Amino acid sequence: MLLSVDQLEKSYGNGEERQPVLHGVSLGLDTGESLAITGESGSGKSTLLHLIGLLDTPDAGTILLAGETVSKLDEAGRATWRRDKIGLVFQQFNLVPSLTVAGNLALQARLAGKHDAAWINMLADRLGLTEFLARYPEQLSGGQQQRVAVGRALAARPALLLADEPTGNLDEETSEDVLDLMLELCSDAGTALVMATHSQSAAGRLSQRAHLTGGRLS
Amino acid sequence: MTQTVLAALLSHWRRKPGQLATLIIGLGLATALWTSVQAINAEARASYDEASATLGGGELIILTAREGRIPLDRWAEIRRDGWAASPVIEGVLMAGTSTFQLRGIEPLSAPAGSAATLPADDTIGIDFLTPPGLLLAAPETVDALANTDLDLPPLRASASVPPGEIITDIAVAARLLGRGEEADAIVIDPQSRRGATPLAQLAPDLERNTSSAGGEVAQLTGSFHLNLTAFGFLSFAVGLFIVYAAVGLAFEQRRATLRTLRALGTPVSSIVIALLIEAAVLALLAGAAGVILGYIVASALLPGVAATLRGLYGADVSGELAVRPQWWISGFAIAIAGALAATGQSIRRAATLPLLASAQPRAWAMASTRRYTQQAAGALLLLSAAGLIPQFFSGIIAGFAMLGSLLLGAALILPPALALVLRLGEGLVRGPVSEWFLADTRQQLPGLSMALMALMLALATNIGVGTMVSSFRLTFEGWLDQRLAAELYVTARDEEQSERLRAWLEPRTDAVLPIWNSQNEIAGRRGEVYGIVDHATYRDNWPLITSEADAWDRVAAGDGVLVNEQTWRNLGLVIGEPVQIDAHPPIRLVGVYSDYGNPNAQAILGLDRLLELEGDRVSRLRYGLRVAPESVAALGAEIEEAFELPANGIINQAQIKSFSLSVFERTFAVTAALNVLTLSVAAFAMFASLATLASMRLPQLAPVWALGLSRAQLARLELVRAGFLAVMTWLIALPAGLALAWALLAVVNVEAFGWRLPMHVFPADWIRLAILAIIAAFIAALLPARGLVKRPPRAFLQVFAQER
Repeated sequence: MLLSVDQLEKSYGNGEERQPVLHGVSLGLDTGESLAITGESGSGKSTLLHLIGLLDTPDAGTILLAGETVSKLDEAGRATWRRDKIGLVFQQFNLVPSLTVAGNLALQARLAGKHDAAWINMLADRLGLTEFLARYPEQLSGGQQQRVAVGRALAARPALLLADEPTGNLDEETSEDVLDLMLELCSDAGTALVMATHSQSAAGRLSQRAHLTGGRLS
Repeated sequence: MTQTVLAALLSHWRRKPGQLATLIIGLGLATALWTSVQAINAEARASYDEASATLGGGELIILTAREGRIPLDRWAEIRRDGWAASPVIEGVLMAGTSTFQLRGIEPLSAPAGSAATLPADDTIGIDFLTPPGLLLAAPETVDALANTDLDLPPLRASASVPPGEIITDIAVAARLLGRGEEADAIVIDPQSRRGATPLAQLAPDLERNTSSAGGEVAQLTGSFHLNLTAFGFLSFAVGLFIVYAAVGLAFEQRRATLRTLRALGTPVSSIVIALLIEAAVLALLAGAAGVILGYIVASALLPGVAATLRGLYGADVSGELAVRPQWWISGFAIAIAGALAATGQSIRRAATLPLLASAQPRAWAMASTRRYTQQAAGALLLLSAAGLIPQFFSGIIAGFAMLGSLLLGAALILPPALALVLRLGEGLVRGPVSEWFLADTRQQLPGLSMALMALMLALATNIGVGTMVSSFRLTFEGWLDQRLAAELYVTARDEEQSERLRAWLEPRTDAVLPIWNSQNEIAGRRGEVYGIVDHATYRDNWPLITSEADAWDRVAAGDGVLVNEQTWRNLGLVIGEPVQIDAHPPIRLVGVYSDYGNPNAQAILGLDRLLELEGDRVSRLRYGLRVAPESVAALGAEIEEAFELPANGIINQAQIKSFSLSVFERTFAVTAALNVLTLSVAAFAMFASLATLASMRLPQLAPVWALGLSRAQLARLELVRAGFLAVMTWLIALPAGLALAWALLAVVNVEAFGWRLPMHVFPADWIRLAILAIIAAFIAALLPARGLVKRPPRAFLQVFAQER
């Protein structure tokens, strides 16, 4: 199994103001599979993704990636795993504004030492970005920026792609477009996908679904 | 990986070249001001060392005739014997009521660092040595000479020649002074001796004197260079505020990028290394620019400094700047140190940046009340320290520590004080635009505070140094008027001539006042004791800082002594208590007089008492003459003709005054130049901050624009804001500047020179400075305001689109 999450717990705040966000969440995912996590705002979707993406650490429970326990890693270890094995797509795109589309696409691959120009060119082509490679993010539409973010996340051929409301900032047509591309590319690369979304139709496109309510999976 | 991170970080500057220019110019300017001061100091020190080495750290021998002048044959004879000797002619050139000191030299034989040589930065050309010759003089002296009807050889302006003095070839000088084949003195470098006959044997008929140079000069000029260094450091600090502001803003703009890099798996260490490399590269670029600019600034200032040092201390400093490793290395070092100091906080914040907090590019602008309270507390602590330091510590370093605490405290208190004023203002104003204006200004404060602090420092320094210089000038002029009461000062060659001179002068003057002196230890310190006669000139004119009621009577009666201010302060002497002069019976201290510009101890006794104590040790050569002002020039000429006194043997009061005042002006010309440069740097800081903020302020302006304020109205408000902040900053700089002036006059000067000057205030200067500050702020705000007017409505609308 590529991803195995077991009894994850997470709270925020201190003392009496401590707010539990996740309660004993467990799930698993094999290579090439896709999982949609749905739920209302504040249900814990993003927190779960942050924990799986090693952007944050759980209070309890374990996360295994490719058979290794990654939830107990230190900061440097988590950074290495993020760089080499995980791709991230955010709702706000989070592109580097001072880098061109080409620079943004290649960024993670170069950080991971896996820069493959042919693969990145192919991604750019499939994502319809070839003519925009010299442009800066501010010169692109929201949909185009999100495609750059998808390309950047897949450029290092990660084992796992995590997408947090990737279409939340896009209109319906563009959302469909971006989602199609993301699924297609993940399938081609054999990358597993975990996507947090509140869109039922988007969730329906993925092979598995899990629903979070008050921090518990149902 | 670091390379990739570095490329991502550096790409920011490619997109923001203006911001990069701000950073490099800011650091470059700061480095330039520091480097220029270091270059000047290094050049001066090198000149002192050179003089010291050339003269073996010792002295030049000056031979003069016991009577009359020295035939040039004697010079040839001494040279033939192997001595490096050079003749000098000195005389007074009269032109109407003006007089000029003319010095004739033989440049090819003159020992370096002596009065017989050219100023260090003037080179000898063939035109100097061949007819009709060439006269070198200060620019103002050249102008004055050009307006006379004298038939003179060509004139050349040289900033290294003291005002009122002319230097030329010995043959030209002899012709102009109507002299024969004679010299007033022969200057000899004793180190040059190679198997020569001892001078005592070779020229027993000539009187031997010595003139010191080198190490002593370095010691005397120490305070002058320390002052320059302190000013250079202050300018650097002002420049550093720009860098700090630019780096801080760049960090805020790159906060999201840093977080993205972290999210993509970049370790903190790689980000920190990349930021350090970036800082080092920027420091090297700015350092190079700063060192080059510093060289240009120093080259422009050096002739003035050289003339000042020559005039004030007789130190011969080259007016031409050499590229010395000590100052350009120091320039690069301070650029790197400055860049690291300015980027340190940003690097620390980058290292501790939380990975999941939402990107808030304006979060830095929301400085909390708590932060302001902490800053104000820190400022008050520093201001208290500034007040307490002089109570518990003494010395020049303590003086500068006090100044540092005062300026830093005043700078730190500015943002909280402005925030408080704005908050109070919000409660008082009526009308939505005024309310928004004040609230928005308060919100902008954190982004502008660095620039405003830089402006505050520059304004306070301007007020402080300006007040000190003006107070000094006022006091100095008054003091010169009082102190130089005699119209003419003459010095005889020897005692026999002195007696003849006195007898000759008695019937031709209103009074002949002996200025006789001896070298003594005054309360254990080497100095000079002068003997004076009881005359109204002293009682009416001499400024006494503190004295007993019957001080002059006691001095006249021989049972009281006056000492100069620096001796009184440095040795902690008390009026009414005895002062020891050599091993003589102690004499009661009855008064203290001002003695600006004299680094040594000095005392005044009644003439009879001095002669009684010291006898033959008293030099009895000088007199002050009271004569009607209109007969000064004629009497001077008569004395010269009758007694063949050397040129420096007859000096009129106006000459000394004009020389002293021109030296004074030149001394502070450097300070004034640095003052203007510092103010310019501060204005640039303001511009840089406003320009950077302008690009980030759209989210604040767009809603107000949408609510009905036009772009032109918003731009006008931006200008008003800049002017308003400049006035507020000036208001806070005013007390800080006056405190600085007080500290300079009452603490630093006392520690550095031993005299304390009364403080005068010059409100007209303050108003002028306020107007200058407002103009500078307007100019700084003009471009960003213009950009706002020109910004298309689409840019405003985009804000709402992005916020969706």
